[in-house]
Amino acid sequence: MGSKDVKLLNFWVSPFGKRVEWALKLKGVEYEYIEEDICNKSNLLLELNPVHKKVPVLVHGNKAIAESFVILEYIDETWKQYPLMPHDPYERAHARFWATSAQQKLGKEGSWTALVKSGEEKEKALNTASEVLDKLEEEIKGKKFFGGDNIGYLDIALGWISYIIPIWEEVGSIQIIDRLKLPAINEWMTNFLNHPVVKDSLPPRDKALDYYHLSVKKHTPN
Amino acid sequence: MASSSDNEEVRVLGKWASPFSNRIDLALKLKGVPYNYSEEDLANKSLDLLKYNPVHKKVPVLVHNGNSIAESLVILEYIDEVWNNNNNHAFLPQDPYHRALARFWCKTLDDKILPAIWNACWSDEKGREKAVEEALEALKILQDELKDKKFFGGETIGLVDIAANFIGYWVSILQEIAGLELLTIEKFPKLYKWSQEYINHPVIKEGLPPRDELFAFFKASAKK
Repeated sequence: MGSKDVKLLNFWVSPFGKRVEWALKLKGVEYEYIEEDICNKSNLLLELNPVHKKVPVLVHGNKAIAESFVILEYIDETWKQYPLMPHDPYERAHARFWATSAQQKLGKEGSWTALVKSGEEKEKALNTASEVLDKLEEEIKGKKFFGGDNIGYLDIALGWISYIIPIWEEVGSIQIIDRLKLPAINEWMTNFLNHPVVKDSLPPRDKALDYYHLSVKKHTPN
Repeated sequence: MASSSDNEEVRVLGKWASPFSNRIDLALKLKGVPYNYSEEDLANKSLDLLKYNPVHKKVPVLVHNGNSIAESLVILEYIDEVWNNNNNHAFLPQDPYHRALARFWCKTLDDKILPAIWNACWSDEKGREKAVEEALEALKILQDELKDKKFFGGETIGLVDIAANFIGYWVSILQEIAGLELLTIEKFPKLYKWSQEYINHPVIKEGLPPRDELFAFFKASAKK
């Protein structure tokens, strides 16, 4: 199965798409990368993901799969080398829970809201983020990765924390992750960023900073 | 019925009027798994709820073998994976692509379709027209996915059918209270037909909360 068989529609800075890239790379699956301009959506995207019109979309042969967490599980079930999900049903449920909960509470309700709001709303958002981070600190303590000695599904699902949050912190001049208070998370972020599959995969930092500066401006109420 | 050991005990913390909580009742009943149910008062959260779901402090929560699992879609997949012998009704197919489709539609129900319908039913005069338009659009995409299948899962109830309990049962009640016509046989004949198959399915029927009580509950909420 050559690279023509697997395609990934993505947007260069999207953390959702980045997860899919990491999963494919870990499994050694060759794929064709197609950059999508999300401000000017292509007919291809509208055809492949008519319901949400969003990236990432994975195309495998004549099948199109959208929603990053759904794509991750599809990848894991289709290509059996380097298993990403744990075996045990409870561990799997635990990983799925943290993947979506962190995205919702630490990402959307917490960090992003803290970035675009001010005053009381900002404080509340920062507290929400902090509560989730405290729990993740307990989860990662004693382990190199959430997946154990090696990166697994939950590391990929939470990987955005290691490079997006520091960018947002700089854009908003806020602190979301107290690195002294959360040493295990801090160490996990370093280990994750140094992983061969992650290291050279990140979007250029200055470009990402510019992008989020603009994005925050657009989303900040006047 | 006494359980063989504490470890086998299955416990659900839920709220009778919540479709998310109800998904878990339906799933366990479909699998034929006995369980203990505790009704949670969300205005007065129990210590158990705070212990078992400290992150969200919400129902439903499943407790099994001393482990707690929260988030209804996560719980549904857990139930499907644990009670998975030949006698148990499988919620997901074997094939990775069709599993991905089922998961996609469950997520789309929760992220897009349920919120659109909920907003329409609780919208005020100002936002009503737009909210109703979005709700109808959401129902259309769901009906397009159903096509001519008996259930979203094919011949039998699948993960998407369980997750769509809000569409199959709650919508008819909420739209009546709101004075709206969203899911009707004229507007969405296939989806309407599915809803009737759904609520008359022998196991689902027993698992849904009583209509008049649910009606009264939401009518009272509407007044507030």
